[in-house]
Amino acid sequence: MLLVLEEVKKSFPLPDGGRLEILDIPYFALDAGEQVVLVGESGSGKTTLLHIISGISRPDSGSVRLDGWDITLLSEADCDRFRAKRIGYVFQTFNLLPGFTALENVLISMYFADGRPDRGRAKQLLERVGLGHRLNHKPPMLSVGEQQRVALARALANRPQLILADEPTANVDVGNQQIIIDLLRETCREEGAALLLVTHSPDVARQFSRIERLEHLNRLSKREVQQPL
Amino acid sequence: MSLWKIAWRSMQQRAVASWLTAISVGLGVALIVAVLVVHRVVDHSFRRGAQGYDLIVGAKGSALQLVLDTVFYLGQPVDLIPYSYYREFVEGRFVPAVRVAIPICTGHDYKGFRCVATIPDMFERLTYLDNREFRFREGRNFYPENYFEAVAGYTAAKKLKLKVGQEIRPTGYGETGSKQHEDEPFTIVGILEPTGTPIDRAIFLNLEGFFRCAPHQVGPSYEESLLRESEFRVVEADRGGQTQRSEGETDSNPGADHLGNEAVENQHEYDASCDDHHHGEEEESRRLSAILIVSDIENNPQLAMALPRIVNEEPFAQAVAPAKVIAELFDGIVGNVQRVLLILAVLVVVVAGIGITVSIYNSMSERRHEIAIMRALGASRGTVMAVILLESILLSLGGGLLGVFMGHILVALLSPTIAEHTGVIVSGLEFQLVELILIPGLIALATVVGYLPAVMAYRTDVAKALIAAP
Repeated sequence: MLLVLEEVKKSFPLPDGGRLEILDIPYFALDAGEQVVLVGESGSGKTTLLHIISGISRPDSGSVRLDGWDITLLSEADCDRFRAKRIGYVFQTFNLLPGFTALENVLISMYFADGRPDRGRAKQLLERVGLGHRLNHKPPMLSVGEQQRVALARALANRPQLILADEPTANVDVGNQQIIIDLLRETCREEGAALLLVTHSPDVARQFSRIERLEHLNRLSKREVQQPL
Repeated sequence: MSLWKIAWRSMQQRAVASWLTAISVGLGVALIVAVLVVHRVVDHSFRRGAQGYDLIVGAKGSALQLVLDTVFYLGQPVDLIPYSYYREFVEGRFVPAVRVAIPICTGHDYKGFRCVATIPDMFERLTYLDNREFRFREGRNFYPENYFEAVAGYTAAKKLKLKVGQEIRPTGYGETGSKQHEDEPFTIVGILEPTGTPIDRAIFLNLEGFFRCAPHQVGPSYEESLLRESEFRVVEADRGGQTQRSEGETDSNPGADHLGNEAVENQHEYDASCDDHHHGEEEESRRLSAILIVSDIENNPQLAMALPRIVNEEPFAQAVAPAKVIAELFDGIVGNVQRVLLILAVLVVVVAGIGITVSIYNSMSERRHEIAIMRALGASRGTVMAVILLESILLSLGGGLLGVFMGHILVALLSPTIAEHTGVIVSGLEFQLVELILIPGLIALATVVGYLPAVMAYRTDVAKALIAAP
């Protein structure tokens, strides 16, 4: 297994001093190269789960092992480095750095991983997602579909073992949604990366052979959720 | 891609704010540079104003007043010394210790510019600054035998629009334009090249012509001055006490005094020619403001070094080393003014530095999202902190370089005005080593002022900031 979560719990502090429990996942696993879609209600903790898997947030308890490494045991700096090298992240709002060109947005991800940006690979990835002619354009000069493609190229820049995509088509027009999903799945396959994709869209979810509902994974909400897709 | 580039891109993104911040730093630095350059040039010009001679002999009194009057043509003469005392330096007992002696008389001006009566040797045997020889922009030096000739300094000629061949009538202190001398006017025969010294602001008259003007033909002789002194003085030469002079033993044969009989040849032709006309009573009534002395340190070091002491033991005269007096004046007064100006300029830079803090701090709320993206991409807390600090350093250094450039432009723009009013030639290209201190100074300032926003970047909650709208 590439990714294994065991007994992962996460809660947030409330203003009254109490805690709001969000996640209580006894077990979740993902094979290398596997493509899984994760669906769930708004506010059910999907993004929080992705943050925990990527090491952006720490769980209250439990373990998150990626390729045998328990990232909950890594120091923050090691966790940052680990994330940069092994995990690619595609955000719902693209989260490109607006002051940097498309090419630089990909290069900066490489720089944070090992300090050695590979310009050739960055260009190759951008060409792969159809933006070979937009290398030196900054995000505000790109359409939303193009911005998400840059984000995809950036996520793949460091040859990660796992791509986490948080509703990557939510802000993309209908015409581009399928293009983005196809591109995401194809490039992950080409790069040998596993894909965990969060979506609200039944159309997108249906295309995956493995669909996970967070409500089924999460002990805290199992009782409440029985909705079909 | 590097941290520098990331910081640079962040600045580009907020170009207007970045420029304004850098300019505010630049203005402070420009002020520092201007103060440093102007001060150094003024300092040098003041200190070098008296270069070319190493001693001023004048009447007893304030040494500072003597230097201000003789070197800078400021204020009034302390008092006067007899012309015959000058002869002691060119054909009398002080000859072995003296290479050049130039008599000068101040106390007159022409339309606000000081007139200095002297001899042609002033421009032929003296030098200025670093042994530079005087050159004439127009015309020539005045001739000894042409009594009513004059030479104008560059600034004086320019401001008064003096031309070669023009006649001028100097006035004495307290006289008005209507009370100009009725004697023969002086004719400008030469205009000097700029020297960057107070000489630029003066007009030089032939001493002989000056003495021939009626008001200057009175006064006590050297002997009379000596007789006025009641105090018995023994003047001892610095030659192992070989000879002694006591009151009443005035030199009847100046060429055979106790300092030696050599070097009479040092006397210039002018003196020889003057001898023909002015020996006797007429000469004894003449008085001088000062004598500029170039000591003969090379040939007679002991005697040259003893000369000031010997002169100071005279009852009516003093010998002043102008460089020492000027250094004291500058260090004591002008140095303090510079310190105050520098402190003010540093405060301006510090305030501009606080401006950097405010500028970056204000941008932090909108930048939290960007910082969170960088962190999500794998940047460590230290990395994002470094990016903010580098941005602060870039703003400071950029502003600093801009300031150095602006400072020198400012100096270059002010240069003609400074030269016209003070005679000091200031070059905008005059760089100083001390300006290099600005670089580490600005880096230190940037680190301090960038620390607060950098810590904010360090503490950014990535998960929260990612979820928050950009």
